[in-house]
Amino acid sequence: MIDVEAFSCQELVELVTEYLEGALSPADLRRFEEHIAGCDGCTRYLEEFKLTIELVGALTPDDVSTEAESELLDVFRSWRAQSAGNQPES
Amino acid sequence: MLVREWHSSLVRVAQIFVPTRSLAEEVVQETWLRVLGALDRFEGRSSLKTWAFRILVNTAKTRAQREGRVIPFSSLHDPPRIPEASVDPERFLADDHDRHPGGWSSPPPALPEDRLIAAETREVIAKAIDALPANQRAVISLRDVEGWSSEEVRNALDLSEVNQRVLLHRARSKVRQSLEDYLA
Repeated sequence: MIDVEAFSCQELVELVTEYLEGALSPADLRRFEEHIAGCDGCTRYLEEFKLTIELVGALTPDDVSTEAESELLDVFRSWRAQSAGNQPES
Repeated sequence: MLVREWHSSLVRVAQIFVPTRSLAEEVVQETWLRVLGALDRFEGRSSLKTWAFRILVNTAKTRAQREGRVIPFSSLHDPPRIPEASVDPERFLADDHDRHPGGWSSPPPALPEDRLIAAETREVIAKAIDALPANQRAVISLRDVEGWSSEEVRNALDLSEVNQRVLLHRARSKVRQSLEDYLA
């Protein structure tokens, strides 16, 4: 049996990531978009959800601290020295 | 240089698993050594990045266990079966409401645009992410902060497509709610 009932607002808010990931079935996608078209609350919810994703994406990953970077370079130097030492003499 | 480009991402991902920044730095150093040491065995079946991050995740998990930090790793693969509501059920009309069952009784309020880009708002978002369960924090950090594709996240954390999406949705829903709580 095909469920042709419209989504309620409470159902729709659970499907927003699926919608944004393009993971809804064609039938559910149509129900989702029809609901959004006629519902101010869900339209705002969807906008705020997208805005949240945008704001999360604007968080800057920490820059490499100079201290961490120099420690890292030490690691590389010792690795290089070690692997050079391990090379078979030809 | 790859090291510079990946380093902050590696540290961020390591921090998902170990409690302190300095431990995360150690995990990243150990990861680089393992990556370099195994480079000639890299078979090119995945991208170098996916491979390196998989080594990082394994290194970080081992380290976290050694440090006695108990992270429910199993829940990385298996989100709790109890559904978590994206929005407080109290904000919807009852299922037997005569005109609008399951409709908004308390719809989302407008958010003041001028405050969205303020530093305080960023702090609220960062705190909301920190407060998430480890598995949700891992997925939202990689997808939305680091900008990884869903496939990259699934490969690095060994998650199914559905579980990755469930965790991402729960994380985003909570961050949206804390934004609303703060701004509205």
